[in-house]
Amino acid sequence: MSRYDHFTSDVLIVGAGLAGERAAIEAATQGLNVMILSLVPPRRSHSSAAQGGMQASLGNSTMGKGDNTDVHFADTVKGSDWGCDQDVARLFAETAPIAVRQMSAWGVPWNRVVAGTRMYDGKEIHEAPEKEGLIAARNFGGTAKWRTCYTADGTGHTLLYTMDSVVIKLGISVHDRTEVLSLIHDGTRCNGVVARCLRTGKLRVYTAKSTVMATGGYGRLYGASTNAIINEGNGMFVALETGVVPLGNMEAVQFHPTGIVPSWILITEGARGDGGYLLDKDLRRFMPDYEPNKKELASRDVVSRRIMQHIRKGYGVESAYGPHVWLDIRHLGEKHINTNLREIANISRNFTGIDPVHDLIPVRPTQHYSMGGIRTNIDGMAYGLEGLFALGEAACWDMHGFNRLGGNSLAETVVAGMVVGDKIAKYTKEASTHVSSAQIEEHVRFQEDRIQALIHCRNGKENVYELRHQMESILSENVGIFRSKEPLQNAVDQLHELHQRSFHIGLRSGGQGADPELASALRITGMMKLAYCIAGGALARTESRGSHYREDYPKRDDEHWLKRTLAYWPTGADRPVLKYEPVKITELPPGDRGYGEASAGAASAKR
Amino acid sequence: MGHRQLTFHIFRYNPEIPKEKPATVSYVLQEETGMTLFIALNKIREEQDPTLKYDFVCRAGICGSCGMLINGKPTLACRTLTKDLPADITLMPLPVFKLLGDLSVDTGTWFRDVSLRTEAWVHTEKSFDPHSQEERMDNETALNIYEAERCIECGCCIGGCATANIKPNFIGAAGVNRVARFMADPRDERNEQEYFDVVGSEDGIFGCIGLMACDDNCPIGIPLQGQLAYVRRKMAVAGWKR
Ligand SMILES: Cc1cc2nc3c(=O)[nH]c(=O)nc-3n(C[C@H](O)[C@H](O)[C@H](O)COP(=O)(O)OP(=O)(O)OC[C@H]3O[C@@H](n4cnc5c(N)ncnc54)[C@H](O)[C@@H]3O)c2cc1C
Ligand code: SF4
Ligand code: SF4
Ligand code: FES
Repeated sequence: MSRYDHFTSDVLIVGAGLAGERAAIEAATQGLNVMILSLVPPRRSHSSAAQGGMQASLGNSTMGKGDNTDVHFADTVKGSDWGCDQDVARLFAETAPIAVRQMSAWGVPWNRVVAGTRMYDGKEIHEAPEKEGLIAARNFGGTAKWRTCYTADGTGHTLLYTMDSVVIKLGISVHDRTEVLSLIHDGTRCNGVVARCLRTGKLRVYTAKSTVMATGGYGRLYGASTNAIINEGNGMFVALETGVVPLGNMEAVQFHPTGIVPSWILITEGARGDGGYLLDKDLRRFMPDYEPNKKELASRDVVSRRIMQHIRKGYGVESAYGPHVWLDIRHLGEKHINTNLREIANISRNFTGIDPVHDLIPVRPTQHYSMGGIRTNIDGMAYGLEGLFALGEAACWDMHGFNRLGGNSLAETVVAGMVVGDKIAKYTKEASTHVSSAQIEEHVRFQEDRIQALIHCRNGKENVYELRHQMESILSENVGIFRSKEPLQNAVDQLHELHQRSFHIGLRSGGQGADPELASALRITGMMKLAYCIAGGALARTESRGSHYREDYPKRDDEHWLKRTLAYWPTGADRPVLKYEPVKITELPPGDRGYGEASAGAASAKR
Repeated sequence: MGHRQLTFHIFRYNPEIPKEKPATVSYVLQEETGMTLFIALNKIREEQDPTLKYDFVCRAGICGSCGMLINGKPTLACRTLTKDLPADITLMPLPVFKLLGDLSVDTGTWFRDVSLRTEAWVHTEKSFDPHSQEERMDNETALNIYEAERCIECGCCIGGCATANIKPNFIGAAGVNRVARFMADPRDERNEQEYFDVVGSEDGIFGCIGLMACDDNCPIGIPLQGQLAYVRRKMAVAGWKR
């Protein structure tokens, strides 16, 4: 009997969030045999937690009138601080309306336009009767028009449940509670993965003509994150560890302005979009001082920095968990809060015991999204290995550049699922399998050895949880919203040491079966590598762009840095190697974003 | 501040090692401000017993992973604050679902099976045209669908249901609610008789004995009582017409 089970398919999709499932559907409807792997049942994937909405320029709502794919494109490029590839942003903006409508046809109960008049931020808004019943949109940061389609504040939930219902209907196989540990490859072609069953702890082999990473983001590298606890960047380090696949722009880390204190659960941007304000310790609305035009709805990088800047000036509310500001939605009224913002109300009540109908919500910027990831071309093919694709938050496709706009990520997952899914299908139909049993054996043996070493404490007795907490605080303290040379150098040095120590972990649990400590130990070295790439990339980039803000280099520097970082980790190396490539500019030359530091530098003078 | 000392009595069993019998093991922990069971269980695992199994994903009451019996009541562990519990806390896995180890149960497989059996997707003959405007829908209808769609498949209603505990194929309140979601959706072209085929049985709506434990236990506040009544009424009429 073989030591491991072996499964084969045409297309192997790692990740059952929106991106993975949409690509699976595309490949399956084109007649291919598709297999999906996931750490958790598909509906528990992080995509289900997205509340706010999905951008598409339908232009149905009055405040979205005149919106079109050109405006969406321009917002996306500005949002990215010109760090994106414009051909990708264009393709994305053009496809988003189709993606939203298709999700509607499949069953998403999008909120719809209701004709009539209502109040918003002190103004009357009239919705036209001829638009009644079309998909509505709400306001989101960094967008010129109201473009964010939503289902109350459960957008991700309804999208993922609908998507998964199509996966079930098509009979696509899903192996949940399965964790991919490494890619099977020969240095030029990817042929599948080695995975571990999280029910029994047994290793498994999956081979396929094409392998697709849709494993989501890495928020959990930072302890304080809005992300699900399974967002540990697995897919990214598995790709990095091949030695030949680079990660793009890992230093581009998004902080969301409103993580609730102290559990860091997200309070959706929809709260500000629907008219919520930020207040300081004197209960004064401070955003108009800094951003007179967009106020609370400048892009996320800008609002996050403005909050921290204001706190640094001494206007933060002191608490046991550090200073914070307030989010005020009381004026939206009980009915609106309990229907359109119900999840926020529940989170506030359940985790902090406050009722946002009557109370202020304590918030502070918190790690939220990874713009960086497995670098791919416009077709979703990863650099470096034939037969490997990536999409969704795990990928650097790259339409977000250095800052993703709210609502553009759900849209990316579905759009990329359609577009890249189609490329995967076309590629796969032409491809054939190349894997030999010797190659499989080599990759399985490598994982078996690692596991045995951990179980028998062969290389030492370092504690996985301790190392992990150290990594989290190194990142949070030194590679956050405000960055500068010394702390970044510090982070790099400490992560270097921590990465070495991670080779000496030994288990206390014995590591039998589906042991959770073993699972953590198998991940930690890869997570350290990602942390290292983030800190290293941030140290090298001596400019400020989007979410990457260097206090010692506060200006964007297009002359030297209009380029993307590519982080490689050659096999056996003890640190990443950074290379660069230019970003693709096709339509919109670099300019002013229309909000942020460049346009409102005088704010401090005004106070 | 004088925080309490908490004692957790946790069910331990690893089906992979069947010769070791199920047991309840106690762990002592110092309470902290704002402590949830998510925080407490992680502390126990990291500091006292690294083999302890349980499931959290979102830790925010959104994903439905962490249903368990907390002092006998099925609910979500991630959003349960220790301050709302006595100092002695008993944690057991949800019944009905297959036990994967300690507090971890296989709700995913169970719910997938119910989705398949109830064909929980939009049934339509229409094909999608990428170049035309979306079909209109009344906002009230959209909100009504969302009301049922909010179920996070945590299994709390199932774990506390007398019928589900004795009948392995009973789809439970969550299953009935899932069907109600599609009944409310004008995009789904199934008629009453077709729905009858998927819920009009003892494993479906007619298996429910109406004691409403499900409604009390739903952490999301899905109006299960109303949903059960709605489907029962419709199916009784449909059954009559057969
Ligand atoms: C709280 C919150 C709210 C958000 N709200 C919005 C919003 O309103 N609008 C918006 O546009 N964006 C929002 N985002 C961002 C958006 O939700 C995510 O970027 C997006 O859902 C990512 O989808 P995905 O398919 O790429 O990955 P995910 O949904 O994260 O799925 C990843 C999948 O990969 C699997 N996986 C991971 N590692 C492995 C492995 N080693 N082996 C096997 N499987 C693996 C997981 O099980 C999972 O199924 C929000 C994010 C957060 C944190
Ligand atoms: S009312 Fe029906 S579904 Fe609900 S707990 Fe009782 S038997 Fe179960
Ligand atoms: S109906 Fe409520 S209790 Fe039942 S699975 Fe859904 S969310 Fe959980
Ligand atoms: S962990 Fe997601 S609901 Fe508790």
